[in-house]
Amino acid sequence: MAEYTLKLRRYNPESGEAPFWEEFQIELEPHRSVLEGILKVKAEIDGSVGIRCSCRAAICGSCGVRINGRAGLACHTHLGHAADSGVHADGRTITVEPMGNMPILKDLIVDMDAVHWKKIQRVTPWLINKEPVPEREYIVPHENMVDVTQTMACIQCGACVSDCLSMEVDPLFVGPAASARAYRFVGDPRDAEQYERVKDLAEDRHGIYDCTHCFNCIEACPKGVAPMSQIMRLRRVAGADHGIVDRNNGHRHEQAFVTLVKEGGLLHEAELLPRSYGGDSWFGKFHPAAGQELLSSLPVITTALLRGKVTPKGVLAPHKLPKDALAAVQAITEKVERRRPRNELNLYITGYDDSPGAGDGDVHPLAADGDAMTSAPGPNPHRPTSASESESA
Amino acid sequence: MPAHDVLIIGAGLAGQRAALAAADAGASVAILSKVHPVRSHSVAAAGGINAALNPGDSWESHAYDTVKGSDYLGDQDAIEIMCREAPDEILHLEHIGVTFHRSDTGHLGTRAFGGASAARTYYVADITGQAILHVLYEQLMKHHETVDRYEEWFTTTLLQDDDGHCIGAVARNIRDGRLEVFDAKSVILASGGAGQVFKPTTNALICTGDGIAQAYRIGAPLMDMEMIQYHPTTLAENGFLITEGARGEGAHLYNALGERFMEKYAPNKLELASRDVVSRAEQTEINEGRGFPDGTIALDITRVPRKRTLEALREIVNIGRDFAGVDITREPIHIRPGMHYIMGGVRTDVDGQTPIPGLYAAGEVACVSVHGGNRLGANSLLDTLIFGRRSGEHAAHRARGVAMPKTSSRRLADVAAEIDEIIRRENTGGRRISEIKDELGETMNRYVAVYRDAEGLARAHEIVRRLKAEAPTAAIDDKGTVFNQDVLGAIELGYMLDVAEAIVVAAQERKESRGAQFRTDFPERNDAEWLHHITISRNGDGVPEKGTAPVRFTQWEPQERTY
Ligand SMILES: Cc1cc2nc3c(=O)[nH]c(=O)nc-3n(C[C@H](O)[C@H](O)[C@H](O)COP(=O)(O)OP(=O)(O)OC[C@H]3O[C@@H](n4cnc5c(N)ncnc54)[C@H](O)[C@@H]3O)c2cc1C
Ligand code: SF4
Ligand code: SF4
Ligand code: FES
Repeated sequence: MAEYTLKLRRYNPESGEAPFWEEFQIELEPHRSVLEGILKVKAEIDGSVGIRCSCRAAICGSCGVRINGRAGLACHTHLGHAADSGVHADGRTITVEPMGNMPILKDLIVDMDAVHWKKIQRVTPWLINKEPVPEREYIVPHENMVDVTQTMACIQCGACVSDCLSMEVDPLFVGPAASARAYRFVGDPRDAEQYERVKDLAEDRHGIYDCTHCFNCIEACPKGVAPMSQIMRLRRVAGADHGIVDRNNGHRHEQAFVTLVKEGGLLHEAELLPRSYGGDSWFGKFHPAAGQELLSSLPVITTALLRGKVTPKGVLAPHKLPKDALAAVQAITEKVERRRPRNELNLYITGYDDSPGAGDGDVHPLAADGDAMTSAPGPNPHRPTSASESESA
Repeated sequence: MPAHDVLIIGAGLAGQRAALAAADAGASVAILSKVHPVRSHSVAAAGGINAALNPGDSWESHAYDTVKGSDYLGDQDAIEIMCREAPDEILHLEHIGVTFHRSDTGHLGTRAFGGASAARTYYVADITGQAILHVLYEQLMKHHETVDRYEEWFTTTLLQDDDGHCIGAVARNIRDGRLEVFDAKSVILASGGAGQVFKPTTNALICTGDGIAQAYRIGAPLMDMEMIQYHPTTLAENGFLITEGARGEGAHLYNALGERFMEKYAPNKLELASRDVVSRAEQTEINEGRGFPDGTIALDITRVPRKRTLEALREIVNIGRDFAGVDITREPIHIRPGMHYIMGGVRTDVDGQTPIPGLYAAGEVACVSVHGGNRLGANSLLDTLIFGRRSGEHAAHRARGVAMPKTSSRRLADVAAEIDEIIRRENTGGRRISEIKDELGETMNRYVAVYRDAEGLARAHEIVRRLKAEAPTAAIDDKGTVFNQDVLGAIELGYMLDVAEAIVVAAQERKESRGAQFRTDFPERNDAEWLHHITISRNGDGVPEKGTAPVRFTQWEPQERTY
């Protein structure tokens, strides 16, 4: 048994008072969950504390809150861990407040309909069947079903929505959870409208290119859905498979990076912009769209020149690499490109083999701690790396 | 005041399936749930759903396994319907988008489950319930024009007209405390089970038997209430479930001496015998001192190839790691039998109709009875969908010939007064709701568990009666209207006590051992005297009334049950 101070954010819309903090002292074993702590408060001290909860086991998605300032499930966060992290980190105090980016209804309860579910509705969240519907089941590869299971695993808790940076700036952003939901259909071979779905999300100003890669949603998600990774996959399907030009030109920009590095071994900044907007070759700069973009970027370029960040010589001549180094870079590019297209690892496809004595070394990072109980509170130094590794895997 | 052809109370699998079926049949539909539909407890179902869909399998084989699993207490006509309609239901789910896992050829894949003579359990990793529930909810979003959703509304009372027909319900909007009468030509109860009557349980906090008690209170008989399933593999500390899918994938059970004890109890099916058989075997090992010191048995999943475990049993890898601190791919996990499911419920026919005209029930709240004395794993999801659909269709047809009823506002005032009374109660130093609930749960888990006897059951009944007298005096803290969870907790406690009493009285009545009911004082199955259902009806505030109902047989004669 250990003693904890639960510092809860309270708000009663009927009282006319502003939200305030209230502290409760409880005793529980450190491996019990923050939810159990709050339920103890409700049972023994104050039954009016409001929190949604049901399963107690991180499966119903009810108990999304912010613990020590970071979104997660109350039932999926150990008291001991929460007390050792966050602002207080005194082994005793844990702050719990409602999730962000959504209106608060009472205490720890937010209005998910107004934000989360509205965005889910936005992505046409049902299967649009490929015709004809077969008499028996659709015959589809096992791998595809396992693949979309990662997004099926989303429990609609809203933790990612709570901590999404882009949504804070642009409340209309479709957001992490709804994007993950969209991939569940885009990746489903039984769906007839893959093209329409990604086109819609790519061209919407508040669509998939509105994400800033802040990783918050990956960190917040208790189920390893990795919404940001799903957004990246949606972008690749849109850009690479369907050649959809998005408003920010993000996909072509990415392509231009790759081609430039492949050709010269290093980035050639002056070529980057014209290629991204004109076309991914030396001729790109003659495309009218490239000219337009160059014009609109002139102020930025001028400042860069004035500050000496860019030199006229650098603009004209690319950086040079020694021959063998260039060959090495090109060999890497080739190897990557020869791989099966987007053979991405995900939660369920872990890349494990069953070789006896397989040590921890072979554990795929996401599988190892991608959704560990440590998710909600406190920094976890492994997480961003693990997520980015999975992204490039 | 909302009025619909069909009102559905509960939005788990049974409720959502009923809503879609009723809307499909042309009815106007309202579906109402005390939590957002995707938070319903169906979301926790892990292992899968049964159907004889493979060319080599047959519905007769599925039906026979179910009859045998039920210890011959299941109604065979209902079981035949369920098993015959199962394959089409699975295909329907596949077509609307459930991401069932496939075999190497891209066809639907299966896994093995307990008590089944073939691998006929269809699954989505170990989030089958979640996958189906979320896909049904997708369909509800798609059909939002024909189905009105009332999310976070709590039903308190079923309404009847002067002829005893069920004509709607009173519900409270949890968000603002507003009470409303829902008029309806037919009402379908789909409000799930009552696991919280026991402590610990695998069931969620919302499984408080509301619908069972509400129907009971307006005179609907309950049936098979003594049949409480203890699942063989639950975590000792908090009752969390380790899915039967683990044993289906090849996991073994060991006692503290390292013996694979199921060889003794079920030499053929071993770990995959019926749940009642495996739970009793474990409890015997524990009682006879061959368990671990913490009163548990070891479940060894390390035998299952690691890649397979991570792909197909991911959820329990997480549960093991997060809630027991065990990596199940590397070491055994300690488990014991724990309360999991209630086979009994509101008595219905094969179309979901209860003896009260206009009132239907489907899913765990109902007792058709397809599970009889013991439910087979992965048959419950099937039960919710088949009988949810059948109820929805039947209720929609019935509504066609009926005029829209009208409830007088006096009923609304009555319910409002009852709720106000709870909120206004003075705290006079009595026990809290939570204390009464804990005592109830611990009592039930002690005396009405895997092994029962007359003395323990009498003790349990005495305690339940005492708690019933005490509960109406317990005060609450929250006096508000917005999300007053406190007052809902007090109402739920009343439901749980009604359900508990029905369970105890039925268990006292059945003086034999069958399925989940094992009486140490009557250790044999006794077909001559007890091959019938026990029904329980309300009798004012007195001890409930007991009755019987025949078991319906079609083609399977009772036999001795060995696995
Ligand atoms: C951990 C676990 C794992 C399981 N795994 C499997 C499995 O693998 N295979 C299988 O076949 N079965 C499994 N089961 C059993 C199965 O999940 C349940 O029996 C089934 O899902 C019940 O569904 P339901 O629709 O009847 O009720 P629920 O899903 O419980 O839904 C009840 C609904 O009623 C609503 N409600 C209740 N009271 C009120 C009220 N007063 N007012 C308004 N609304 C109300 C709730 O909000 C909810 O929407 C499992 C059960 C558990 C606990
Ligand atoms: S990575 Fe993108 S979607 Fe995820 S939280 Fe950051 S901005 Fe939002
Ligand atoms: S993606 Fe993860 S964090 Fe976001 S709603 Fe789904 S489960 Fe919650
Ligand atoms: S209570 Fe269900 S997710 Fe926490």
